[in-house]
Amino acid sequence: MTAFQAGADYGEGRREESYGHGRAAAHLDHSDPVSKRIIVGYGFWIFLLSDIVMFSAFFATYAVLSGETAGGPSGKDLFDLHNVAIETACLLLSSFTCGLAAIGARAHQNLMYYGGMAATCVLGLGFLAIEIHEFVGMIEQGAGPQRSAFLSAFFTLVGCHGVHVTLGILWLLTMIAQVFAKGYRADILRRVLCFALFWHTLDIIWVAIFTVVYLFGAGA
Amino acid sequence: MSSMDDYQPLRGGDHAPGDEPAGRHEIAEGLVGYLIGLGLAVLLTAVSFFIAGTSLVWHPSIPIALVVLAIAQIGVHLVFFLHITTGPDNVNNVLALAFGVLIVSLIIIGSLWIMYNLNQNMGPMLMPMG
Amino acid sequence: MLGKLTWGAIPFDQPIPLFAGAFVIVVVIAVLAFITIKGWIPYLWSEWVTSVDHKRIGVMYITLGMVMLLRGFIDAIMMRSQQAIAFQSQGYLPPEHYNQIFSAHGTIMIFFVAMPLVIGFMNFVVPLQLGVRDVAFPTLNSVSFWLNATGALLVNISLVVGEFARTGWLPFPPLSELTYSPGVGVDYYLWAIQISGVGTLMTGVNFVTTILKIHAPGMTYMRMPVFTWTALASNLLIVAAFPVLTATLAMLTLDRYLGFHFFTNEAGGNLMMFMNLIWVWGHPEVYILILPAFGVYSEVVATFSRKSLFGYRSMVLATLTICVISFMVWLHHFFTMGAGATVNAVFGIASMVIAVPTGVKIYNWLFTMYGGRIVYATPMLWTIGFMVTFVIGGLTGVLVAVPPADFMLHNSLFLVAHFHNVIIGGVVFAMFAAYTYWFPKAFGFRLHEGWGKAAFWCWFFGFYLAFVPLYVTGLMGMTRRMQHYDVPEWRPWLLVAALGAAVVLAGIFCQVAQLVVSIRDREKLRDLTGDPWMGRTLEWSTSSPPPAFNFAVLPQVESLDDYWRSARLAESGKGPTAEPDYQPIEMPRNSPTGFICAFFATFAGFAMIWQIWWLVIVSLLGAFATFVVFAWRDRTEYEIPAAEVARIDRENRRARGEALATAEALS
Repeated sequence: MTAFQAGADYGEGRREESYGHGRAAAHLDHSDPVSKRIIVGYGFWIFLLSDIVMFSAFFATYAVLSGETAGGPSGKDLFDLHNVAIETACLLLSSFTCGLAAIGARAHQNLMYYGGMAATCVLGLGFLAIEIHEFVGMIEQGAGPQRSAFLSAFFTLVGCHGVHVTLGILWLLTMIAQVFAKGYRADILRRVLCFALFWHTLDIIWVAIFTVVYLFGAGA
Repeated sequence: MSSMDDYQPLRGGDHAPGDEPAGRHEIAEGLVGYLIGLGLAVLLTAVSFFIAGTSLVWHPSIPIALVVLAIAQIGVHLVFFLHITTGPDNVNNVLALAFGVLIVSLIIIGSLWIMYNLNQNMGPMLMPMG
Repeated sequence: MLGKLTWGAIPFDQPIPLFAGAFVIVVVIAVLAFITIKGWIPYLWSEWVTSVDHKRIGVMYITLGMVMLLRGFIDAIMMRSQQAIAFQSQGYLPPEHYNQIFSAHGTIMIFFVAMPLVIGFMNFVVPLQLGVRDVAFPTLNSVSFWLNATGALLVNISLVVGEFARTGWLPFPPLSELTYSPGVGVDYYLWAIQISGVGTLMTGVNFVTTILKIHAPGMTYMRMPVFTWTALASNLLIVAAFPVLTATLAMLTLDRYLGFHFFTNEAGGNLMMFMNLIWVWGHPEVYILILPAFGVYSEVVATFSRKSLFGYRSMVLATLTICVISFMVWLHHFFTMGAGATVNAVFGIASMVIAVPTGVKIYNWLFTMYGGRIVYATPMLWTIGFMVTFVIGGLTGVLVAVPPADFMLHNSLFLVAHFHNVIIGGVVFAMFAAYTYWFPKAFGFRLHEGWGKAAFWCWFFGFYLAFVPLYVTGLMGMTRRMQHYDVPEWRPWLLVAALGAAVVLAGIFCQVAQLVVSIRDREKLRDLTGDPWMGRTLEWSTSSPPPAFNFAVLPQVESLDDYWRSARLAESGKGPTAEPDYQPIEMPRNSPTGFICAFFATFAGFAMIWQIWWLVIVSLLGAFATFVVFAWRDRTEYEIPAAEVARIDRENRRARGEALATAEALS
């Protein structure tokens, strides 16, 4: 009278031997923290993908509106590629120092962790300083986001990235404080992992921005 | 004994995205990975900036070259900074990434195609805009 | 000091919203007073408001959805009655008011009825079906719920303080821009949806992670129940689509608040880009709703046909196919905007292609029923009603997927009838089936069958009475959202439609009666077996309601429909007889984070709407502080000792054994 579908469970079933043993959950190695790290890391990865989708909506809008300058200045008139190069260098180096911090955290090495995080913070702030300077300059010459659709799209896309960098720096400072206060506890290390994922993704998005917004725009 | 720890990963052992490669706790090895990634990224960035400004490259091909370089650099980031590999412990991470890439492509290419056609079909403007 | 907020925001000069608002306020105060006097506040706070238990959160979502259904349905009654009256007359609702009503109706029904119901059932059922104790991120789950509740609250506040949007449920520019909607209505919409959208996105992340990463031992992907598969597909769509909604509404908000030019008529803005982006979200949104509904039907059909679901693998494949294709059809919502024949043709064909995997599902359900011993309980009635109704709605959908046909039917009542056909026949019927099916699991007693069947027949006939006339008037040329009309041929049909709405109202009365009667007679309707329907999936192996930890020992899964297998084994005496080895269980602690975050979000949203800037800053700081306090926790879990686990489990097993023995003795 049993009615289960025996045919449906080949394939994946074979893998059970590695951890199944047919036993109740009680006999598991309960000191295994890897499973929670994987779950948290994966969840954050999914969130980051959703964030990338949000950016792609802004990118699409920028691409569609990039020619709508309403008689005002275009990218060619406004973009200073020297500044963009410095911003790129700051962010790229900060990804590297973030990687150092991640290694340091995993190895419980104070110098690498705190040093790496501090360097990341400084480089991130440098990036923001240049970007804010650029934005203020544009607004002062009458090329603010209210001038044209192109500028609205530009300020929103690049500004959204900048807001993410700002929030990332706030998070970075929180992670420094948390490790300082609570040590390299497993849940704190999971958050460092998430932070590193976030910071690297910001650099990935910047690659897209400097290519599509600045290099395309300045050349057009 | 956390309730989370009772759960079975579906495969022999998945890898958290962005995590250092399992078992490689030596600092030097990790460092080398990041250094290579940094080096490649710097190279690709420099080439991008150079191509954008030079007259040595045939002009119409510049946008495509820039896109290719950007994709390559994103790949460098994914492999060297985010440790996304093609191993069996990374399948879920790669699948999620592939799904994300699909959605992003549909949004950007779809929007560009649709908006281009819509704009083309707009009648002649009687008054200048803005 | 209070931004744009003045006493003039309260509609003293408009009797209908004034009366409605006063009524709601009186009811809310009465309920709160009742709860306080009965001394239930501590219990509600510690067991429900701060709960991070997926079962409690699921029940709260469903409660929110059911309550908002009443509000949204009242809007519907008002629209139907207005259109019944307003032939060569202004009716009783002036245009500014009527426009707010249809906008609120759509917004509430999609965002605050359908989404909470679907998410609520996914919350309650999926971890149980996976054989696990909770979702991946329980506190985040609580935050998601309370942010959704904030959105609903803001929409309801707009009834009494200020106004709602008049743009329809999607705020198309340029009407939604500041120039043509200078009031706060669109702002209420924007902030309510943005805040609840963040909550929903968090749900998507939570469930994708849970379903892909957290399973009971032996539960491989191809042994997951179909409802869990559809929940996965739906949540993948949430993760993929909701960010686009966030971005698009953010751009409209920037236009309105800071004078940007994304979608304005001036300075190069392109309003067509709004349509494009909003439907990039909007189409996956309806699949987010319908896929779990299909999952519900799969569970119900298999259970009440006493047969395993036909074609499990093709169901999974069809679900994932629909998931992917749903992201490739969005232009069919604006065929008439002028993208040209090529673009229209591509999206038209894709829209027809997506009907194919849906057809596969229908055939699978029919083949499941064929040769089964069908039990016509209320959930099964809703399912059969769905099959008939949804197929009709789907056919009309394929009809409007043909661009030349759509040029005639776009924005007519034919379209309105089509999407109500699929949403009511598809999503709403599923939610009512799920409600009846899983109510005993959540509360330990069944719902009254008689009232349930009466509710079904009222809804079923009421739906056809209300919407078939709209197909006819649509074909006759009637546009949607008309506050009054002059064409005499339409009148009889609209009168029948109003009658249909009244029949549906009777159905809703039946459902309210059903709940009241069931609670009153709950001892007679008590289910002690944990499995009142002879279910097939793991949630039926727990007691009703399940203990906080769901399973004393995680089940060792050996097949698809594993509960069916092990229950039949147990019946024939061949199941495991030894008691399991009870271990202490750690569960996540409850947390007020969700509620407090939402509290600040409500004030932040309200302050943004009325431009009370100091309150915005204070609220955002409060939300940030809440988050930091939460992040600083040292104790995140509490332990249930093994003896307590054993006691609860033994009690449940004993009750189930006794109940089964009694049932056998009686049969």
